[in-house]
Amino acid sequence: MNDMSAPPYKVVGTRPVRPDGVDKVTGKAVFGPDFAASGMLHGAVLRSPHPHARIRAIDTSKAAALPGVRAVVTGADFPTLESLTMALGESSGDVLDIARNCMALDKALYEGHAVAAVAATSTLIAREALQLIAVDYEVLPHVIGIEEAMAADAPVLHDTLFTKGLDATPDKPSNVATRFVMANGDVESALAGAAAVASGRFTTAPVHQGYIEPHACVASVNADGQTQIWASSQGAFMIRSLTATILGMPISDIRVTPLEIGGGFGGKTTVYLEPVAVLLSRKCGLPVRLVMTRDEVFRASGPAPGSVVDLRIGADKDGKLVAADIEFRNSAGAFPGSSVHATAMCSLACYRIANFRVTGWDVVSNMPSSAAYRAPGAPPVVFAVESALDEIAMQLGLDPIDLRLRNAVRPGDPGPMGMPHGPVALVECLEAAKAHPHWTAPLAPRHGRGVAAGFWPNYGGQSTATVSVAEDGTITVVTGSPDIGGSRASMAMMAAEVLGLPYEAVRCIVADTASIGFSMVTGGSRTTFATGKAVVEASEAVVATLRARAAAIWGIEDDAVTWQGGAAQAAGQEPLTIKAIAAKAGQSAGGTIAAEATVNPLDYAAGLAVHICDTEVDPETRQVRVARYTAVQDVGRAIHPSYVEGQMQGGAVQGIGWALNEGYVHDAGGRVANAGFLDYRMPVASDLPMIDTVMIEVPNPAHPFGVKGVGEAPIVPPLGAVANAVSRAAGVRLRDLPMSPDRVHAAIAAKG
Amino acid sequence: MTTATYHAPASLSEALGLLAAHPGAQVLAGGTDLIVQVRAGRAAPSAFIDIKTIAGLTGVRRSGEGFAIGAATPCTALLKDAALCAAWPGVVEAANLIGSVQVRNRATMGGNLCNASPAADSVPALIAAGATCLIAGPQGEREVAVTDLPQGPGRVALQPGELIVELRLPARPMGGGDAYLRGIPRSEMDIAVAGAGVALVLGADGLCTAARVALGAVAPTALLVPEAGAALVGTRIDDAALTRMAAAAQAACKPIDDKRGTAVYRIHMAGVLARRAALIARDRAENNA
Repeated sequence: MNDMSAPPYKVVGTRPVRPDGVDKVTGKAVFGPDFAASGMLHGAVLRSPHPHARIRAIDTSKAAALPGVRAVVTGADFPTLESLTMALGESSGDVLDIARNCMALDKALYEGHAVAAVAATSTLIAREALQLIAVDYEVLPHVIGIEEAMAADAPVLHDTLFTKGLDATPDKPSNVATRFVMANGDVESALAGAAAVASGRFTTAPVHQGYIEPHACVASVNADGQTQIWASSQGAFMIRSLTATILGMPISDIRVTPLEIGGGFGGKTTVYLEPVAVLLSRKCGLPVRLVMTRDEVFRASGPAPGSVVDLRIGADKDGKLVAADIEFRNSAGAFPGSSVHATAMCSLACYRIANFRVTGWDVVSNMPSSAAYRAPGAPPVVFAVESALDEIAMQLGLDPIDLRLRNAVRPGDPGPMGMPHGPVALVECLEAAKAHPHWTAPLAPRHGRGVAAGFWPNYGGQSTATVSVAEDGTITVVTGSPDIGGSRASMAMMAAEVLGLPYEAVRCIVADTASIGFSMVTGGSRTTFATGKAVVEASEAVVATLRARAAAIWGIEDDAVTWQGGAAQAAGQEPLTIKAIAAKAGQSAGGTIAAEATVNPLDYAAGLAVHICDTEVDPETRQVRVARYTAVQDVGRAIHPSYVEGQMQGGAVQGIGWALNEGYVHDAGGRVANAGFLDYRMPVASDLPMIDTVMIEVPNPAHPFGVKGVGEAPIVPPLGAVANAVSRAAGVRLRDLPMSPDRVHAAIAAKG
Repeated sequence: MTTATYHAPASLSEALGLLAAHPGAQVLAGGTDLIVQVRAGRAAPSAFIDIKTIAGLTGVRRSGEGFAIGAATPCTALLKDAALCAAWPGVVEAANLIGSVQVRNRATMGGNLCNASPAADSVPALIAAGATCLIAGPQGEREVAVTDLPQGPGRVALQPGELIVELRLPARPMGGGDAYLRGIPRSEMDIAVAGAGVALVLGADGLCTAARVALGAVAPTALLVPEAGAALVGTRIDDAALTRMAAAAQAACKPIDDKRGTAVYRIHMAGVLARRAALIARDRAENNA
C-alpha cells in the first residue's frame, strides 16, 4: 500500500535481491542432503512395517557382520530418560516422546517408526544391512481414525497415558491425552434465543507440510565427546538442546551448523535423525550422514493433525454472534501434542462472542507423530467456524463480509485467553476485502465466491544478533535464526536502515550454535519481529559507538554528534563516514566496532488475514477449479514487500491444497497409501490462478519498524474461503476436507 | 551384495539373446516406471536390457497405409510426426498426458503398455484405435492386439524372453476420428482416476459406421467395451446414443476404491469422459469426412 503517512524509510519497504539468491539459482547452496564430511559413512534407518507392534527382540548380529557396516544402533542404545518437558518454542514437547519417536524401544507405534539404524561405507551396503536385521514383532491391533482411537474398546498406544484435564483423573489409560476447555457465559440460553444457528460436523484429513528438502544431517563425534552436527532445520539451537537432552550430553559439547533449508513450514522444529546419527558416529568414530527418502518423509515425519469438529454458532436477527459451542478432536499421531491450546485459542479469536464453550481433545493413534505446520492447530477449526458463518450469512441474507464486520474484534477487546487484543486490524482487512474489485466482480455460471478470516497470535521469544563493522566500514549481521522466508534480506535491510547505509553494504548470515547466542526456532512468525528487534538494537548500539568515536576524534561531547546517511555529523565538522571511522578503529582504545543484542520480547502483535476465493465446479466431473484468489492481510510493516507477498501467496496455496486434494490416505492395514508427491496431491502451478495480495500496514508500536509477523496468518483462512466458494458453487455445504472430486460428487449426489 | 548388470544391445537379436541369457532381466526403455520401482524396492531385476540403442525401436515410420511406433519411442516424439498427429490425435494426446514434459521425453509407448498399469493413459487410446503390437521372442515374431496384452496390474501377455518391438496403428479410415480424455484431481502430473478413448467412423450420410470405446482405471486392465461402441453405430452420435453409450461404458466398469478415487466416482467419470471423448471424436470425424 502506498501509505503516505509511513515514515520516510530508505531501505525498509524496498525490494532488493535476497543475499542467498545467487547460491540458490546457481545450485551452489548447500542444503541438508548436500553436505559431506571427509571420511563420512552413510546411514540408513530400518522402519516398522506394522502400524502397531510390540518389539520382542532385535537381532542385529548379521547386519553388524556385513562387510562395510561400521555401526548399528537400536532403541536400547538410547539412554533411559526421565520424562521431562522443555520449552520448544511455540509448542512444548515431551523429550522422552521425541526420543522414542526418533527410535522405538519396546513398541512400534506407526508404520515407518524407526526401529534400528546402520552406518556403512555406502548407502547400498547400509540398505542391504537393514534387510539382515531380524526384528521379532508381536503385531498388535492398530487404530488410525480419531473417533476410532477415542472409542472405549480401541487399542491403547501408551499404557502410561491418562487423560489430563478431566474433572476426575481416569483410572484407565486411553488414547485421549488431554481435554482442554475454554468457556464464558451461558451458551445454551444464548443459542436458544438465536435467530439463526449453524451447526454440524466438519472434518479435515492429516496433511503433510510438503517441504521439498527431506530431513538430513551429518553427525561427527570425537572420542572426547565433542560433537558436530550439520543439518537443515528451523533451529540449530533446537537440534542442539534436543539432541543433548535425549542423549544425556552437555549442551556445550554439541555444535550444530545450520545448512540451507529447503522448506520447513513448522515440520523442521523437532529432531528425527540427529540423535540417531550421533549414536552411530559415536560407535564408529567417523562422521555419519542420514538422509530420509521421500517415502520416509511422508511415513515418519510430522503431518499436521487431522480433525473432527462439531459446532453450533448462533446469531441474532441482525447478524450479531451470540454464542458458539465448539468441540474439536485433533489427531496427535503416535505421541500427544496436537496444538489443542492453539486450536482453541484461534477458533473464535476473530469475533466478539459473549458466550462460548470450546472443548478440545488431543488424541493419539497409530500415525506418525504430528508436527507443527504453519499456524499449528488453527486452519481446521477455523474452516469449521468460517463455514458456519457462511451458513449464518445465507440464513440471514447478509453479505458475508458485512456479517464478519459486524462481529470483528477491535484493539482492546478481550482476546481468546482473556488478555486484551493488541493492535488487531481485522476491520481494516475486511474493509479492504469489501472494497477490492474481486468482491464485486460478476460471477460466471457454476462459480461460487467464498470469504473467510483468520487469526494467528504470532510470537516473540529469545533471539540473539551481532552487528560488526568491518575495516572498510561494511557490515556483517549474524543471527541464529534459520532463514526460511527471506529473513537474511530483511535483517540486512533493518540494519542498513538504522546505520544509514545501502542494503548492499550489509551482509547477513545464520551462524552455528557456537558462534552466536541462543535463538529459538524460526517459527511462530517470530523471526522478523524478535530477531529483527535484536538486529535493530545491536545496530543502534553500533551507531552509538560510531558517534562516540567521531566525538572523540572531534573532541566534542557524544550528544553533539548525530548519525545520518551513514556518517557522523556535528555542527562545524565535515561529516565522518562509517568507512573513515572504521579505518581508525585500530587506533582507538575501544578497538573493533561491534555489538550484540539479546531479546525476549513479549509485545508481539497478532496477524489477521481475510481471503476471497472464486471456484468453478464442473457440473459433470465435479472437479473444482480455483478461478480467482485474493489474500488481504495486516502485515504490520512489510520490511521486504516481495517476501511478505510471497508468504501470503504461499500460505494461500498450501491452504488451497489442504482444502482440495491433500490428505493422508491409509489402507486397511493402517499403512500410508500415498507416501509420495504423485498421490499426495499438492497443487501444481497449473492448478492455481495468480494469488493477488493486498498488504494492510497497521504497525506494531512495539517494534522499531512496526513488524508483526506474517508467515502463518495466511494459511488460516484458505480452507474456509475455498470451502465456502465450493459450497456456493455446488449448491451444497461441503463439510469434509479434502474436497476431492469424488467427495464433491458424493455430496451433490447425496443432496439429490 | 547382488548387483544388476546393464546391457545396451545394438540389435534386436542381441537383445533377445541377452533376455534369454538373463532370466531375471527386465527390458529398460525410458525407465520412468522401472527405475522408480527399483528404487522403491518393488522390482529387483538381475539385468537391465536397454532397448533405446537398437536401431528401429525408436521413432515413428510409415507401415503400408498405417504407422509403426517403435517400442522405445518417447511420448513427446509422437508430437513431431505431423501425419500421425493428423491421423490419430487421440493416441498422441493420450501419450502426452503422462507425467510431466520431462517424464514424457523419456517415457515410451512400449513402456507404458508393458508397465500394465490399469490407469496407463496411452493404452485405452491405442485400444480404441485398434492398435496391435509386434512382439519378438525366442519363437520368432507375433502380432497381438493391444487389447489382449494387459492381463492385470503389472502383468502382460509376454512370454519369457519376449519383448515388444513396435506398436502398429492402421491408416485412419475416411471419416474417422479419435479422442482420449482422463479425469485427474489436479490439472496435470497425476494418474487417471478414469480414462476413456473413443475411435469412430462416420459415413457419407453422417451416420456412425463403426465405433470402439475403451476405458482405463476402472478395472484391473484397460477395457474395450464393445456394447458402448455398438450404441453409437447407426446413429448420428446424438444425445440419446451418447446416453446409451455412456450407460454401456459404466456397466462394464469393475473399479475399486483406492487412494485415487472411489469406485462410485470412477463409474460416474467413465460415463462422463466417454461421452465427452465421443463428441470430440465425432467432431474430428466430421472434419475428416
